Amino acid sequence: MSLRAGRVKGVSGNLVTVEFDEAVSQNEVAYVRLGDLRLIAEVIRVRGRYADMQVFESTAGIRVGDAVEFIGELLSVELGPGLLSRVFDGLQNPLNVIAERHGFFLPRGEQTEALPRDQVWEFAPRAAAGDRVLAGDTLGVVAEGIFEHRVMAPFGLAGVAEVAEVAAAGEYTITDRIAVLRDASGEELDVAMLQRWPVKRPIRCYAERLRPTDQLVTKMRILDTFFPVAKGGTYCVPGPFGAGKTVLQQLVSRHADVDVVVIAACGERAGEVVETLREFPVLTDPRTGRSLMERTVIICNTSSMPVAAREASVYTAVTIAEYYRQMGLHVLLLADSTSRWAQALREMSGRLEEIPGEEAFPAYLESVIAAFYERAGAVRLNDGTVGTVTIGGTVSPAGGDFEEPVTQSTLKVVGAFHGLSRQRSDARRYPAIDPLESWSKYGSIVPDGELALARHVLSKGHEVQEMMKVVEEEGTAMADFVVYLKAEYLDAVYLQQDAFDPVDGASSSERQRHVFSLIARILGADMAFQDKDAARSYFQTLTQATRDWNRAAMEEDSFAAAQARIEAMLSEVSSDA
Amino acid sequence: MRKVYQEISQIAGNVITVQATGVGNQELASVEAPGFSSLAQVIRIEGDNVTMQVFSGTRGVPTDAEVRFIGHEAQTPFSDDLLGRVFTGGGVPRDRGPALDEDLIPIVGPPVNPARRVIPRTMIRTGIPMIDVFNSLVESQKLPIFSVAGEPYNELLARIALNAEVDLIVLGGMGLKYDDYLFFRETLEEAGALSRAILYVHTAADPVVECLLVPDTCLAVAEKFALGGKRVLVLLTDMTNFADALKEVAVTMEQIPSTRGYPGDLYSQLAARYEKAVDFEGAGSVTVLAVTTMPGDDVTHPIPDNTGYITEGQFYLRNGRIEPFGSLSRLKQQVNARTRDDHRTIMNTMIQLYAGFRESQEKQSMGFRMSAWDDKLLKYGELFETRMMDLAVNIPLEEALDLGWWILAECFAPQETGIPTALVERFWPAEAGARGVETLAEAAPAE
Repeated sequence: MSLRAGRVKGVSGNLVTVEFDEAVSQNEVAYVRLGDLRLIAEVIRVRGRYADMQVFESTAGIRVGDAVEFIGELLSVELGPGLLSRVFDGLQNPLNVIAERHGFFLPRGEQTEALPRDQVWEFAPRAAAGDRVLAGDTLGVVAEGIFEHRVMAPFGLAGVAEVAEVAAAGEYTITDRIAVLRDASGEELDVAMLQRWPVKRPIRCYAERLRPTDQLVTKMRILDTFFPVAKGGTYCVPGPFGAGKTVLQQLVSRHADVDVVVIAACGERAGEVVETLREFPVLTDPRTGRSLMERTVIICNTSSMPVAAREASVYTAVTIAEYYRQMGLHVLLLADSTSRWAQALREMSGRLEEIPGEEAFPAYLESVIAAFYERAGAVRLNDGTVGTVTIGGTVSPAGGDFEEPVTQSTLKVVGAFHGLSRQRSDARRYPAIDPLESWSKYGSIVPDGELALARHVLSKGHEVQEMMKVVEEEGTAMADFVVYLKAEYLDAVYLQQDAFDPVDGASSSERQRHVFSLIARILGADMAFQDKDAARSYFQTLTQATRDWNRAAMEEDSFAAAQARIEAMLSEVSSDA
Repeated sequence: MRKVYQEISQIAGNVITVQATGVGNQELASVEAPGFSSLAQVIRIEGDNVTMQVFSGTRGVPTDAEVRFIGHEAQTPFSDDLLGRVFTGGGVPRDRGPALDEDLIPIVGPPVNPARRVIPRTMIRTGIPMIDVFNSLVESQKLPIFSVAGEPYNELLARIALNAEVDLIVLGGMGLKYDDYLFFRETLEEAGALSRAILYVHTAADPVVECLLVPDTCLAVAEKFALGGKRVLVLLTDMTNFADALKEVAVTMEQIPSTRGYPGDLYSQLAARYEKAVDFEGAGSVTVLAVTTMPGDDVTHPIPDNTGYITEGQFYLRNGRIEPFGSLSRLKQQVNARTRDDHRTIMNTMIQLYAGFRESQEKQSMGFRMSAWDDKLLKYGELFETRMMDLAVNIPLEEALDLGWWILAECFAPQETGIPTALVERFWPAEAGARGVETLAEAAPAE
């Protein structure tokens, strides 16, 4: 498309009003010229001959009359081999490349190609001349780290096309032509490994969407057993500051049983991203034995980086996630934090002088959040393979109050809710997920009966605890007191997990099922004690023994020994064991 | 010759509008009239209408004041001559020294590339046990001190400024009482630390908009020194005044407020400042300590709430002490494994026992019978509070750890503390008892 011109008519914060002559489209990208700099901006409202544009960089120095170029394309990202293990900003500029060029700081007006043009990939064709293909069908593959990266027919291809030509096996760069397609009207189309896709448009090149049923194992007991997430599902993690949202996301990003992890660090502390940046390359992925970084893409728009690019960063991340899903892979997108993105929407809405909704968030907040989470899903691709995108977003509610609009809008659309509580984190009960408030609509890895029993013990135990604050221990019936101790026991040995312990820190689903079945027996047992002190001391010892068990690797002798000790302890006090 | 505009079309609050062309967003302008002179900054342009916030307020501004656009954004002088000097938020000398107007640097620079940040590794010793032992301050950290009005937060900042092992101190005062400004200056002067300090002070009597410049100026200067290899500590007091100034301007600009009248971009505004804390690989660092007074002691108020989401922990100052509960240094794990082998154990054990003390204290106040264990805890809590938590205590980390062992030894048997045997054998004072504690107590202040 051709470049069309416009002129700046007004500036207010990140919002620039531009007068244009020829047609423009909503969400079209344009560059504001500021001397030699080109500042990227997006149309967000059109009124008569004026377009309101959000500028993704600082607007300092922009004058009335400055030239604007509309480029006729929506905000898009580059898709192709080489995305994995990279770190991008919200607009997909590779941060390491910028660091090499500019040192410590992020200059304005920098547009860098996301993927290196000079790197060559070993291409192997999978389609042949004469084949008929749909958008997203595989034309060939290249090896990207541990994955077979599919080179696909362009996602924007309309209808069925015929493969006119496919390149022979060999080395190509991402811009080299690797195939020629002929569409229904007979027009020929060159295809390279690199393709561009607008970030706000979901990639829909699949046969059908499936209901998410397979569990995404995170190796965190409280999640996998109590509040599971399915591959292709969605979940949110709201919590006040200091409750451990980011740490939880980091742990999930390490242990989750998926192929690719996309981390969108959106408007949060730079220091936390740095930890991931510096540690992931040296951490080993237990599934593959390779560096964790090889399966990770980081989109990083920290709180000091331009506010408007926060919105872009979550869409960039989800588009990259969808791209890898198209290869039949399981992708996990972690967005931290969606509240910062919502705040960016609020800022822009305020500048547009829209009528505000609750807490000045725009009225369309809910639909925007819903549309974002709806991009998660399990799909069957045209070739029958299944790929998934799972989305987990943290929410940072103002004042730690879950009634606020972002948390509430998110809860309506997600499949699981992992609410973090200040009380639990103050009591150092990690992960600080509140077991009574949280919920999940997905299936657990443990049998339903055992799980229902455990939930019952937790809620009953909580009731007893509340009651004891009034009537003291003496006024509590022995049976109730034992329920309370059982709930505390379950909390101490199963819900809490020591992230720093190499064994306890990551519990496989097999181990969880095994351990939980014994714990369920303990919770279900009728126990008799002489008095409350005896009961308390029994559970203290049992807690200690079970924690030792948690620290023993399953294949070690100490695991069986610890289990035997717990079973012996159980038969001491219960009649049914 | 720059064009002079002499027709102000609108004055509202501290914001004026003139009709002008060729003006850049955020550009500075001078506003002059007989008996009035101030800088102003462009905050909105709509066609020919240019809206500016006037730094010294608009009181007395005539509609025919002369407005000249300067052609650049806010700048501040930077050189080694800054050391030992006191300026206003706008960089004008507050002391009798000469004005500096060369080597200007912009006060709002680009953000640091996250790919070039490093994981912080160096502890900053402050001589305050509640910080060094329990919540170590780390180079390049950003930490607020949450406090209610009336607490000695400025004294605490001054203490840290004097003790901290840094090359340079930049102090930013926002809405500072004049007395407090003098207190800072005199304290630094008496300790001979003024020569390595730069003060940017906006007092409570100064125009509100000027307050907005203080953090940016401080951080720009600090960043520049850090790039030159200096380890800089930036002290900001009080960020609540800064946020209130933001609110005032936003309301004048008729922006839609979000929570409790504060602008929707409060988080971004605060984060842009706090995130200037950085460790430059191969150069210096910027560490930020900022006071946030909590209106009504309410941590869910928008200012402390947004701050908590940005910073790497917080210190709660309550009843003249740094509260052990709630206070948190998120970066302490990066440094406290490499100080002394007993550091983490002392840190955890003393806090756990102190939590026990609080419970016993509660029981006592409700009139419950005290067990022998309760009595031990009560004694322990008392010793901990007077010998360690008191802000006047000023001892190096190692001595503070020793003091911790003595306090524990005076109150408990080793097995009651739950400390691993190996550490007890190495560190438990051989002649546990009152004598040792008394000797050490000399280091602590007299009650």
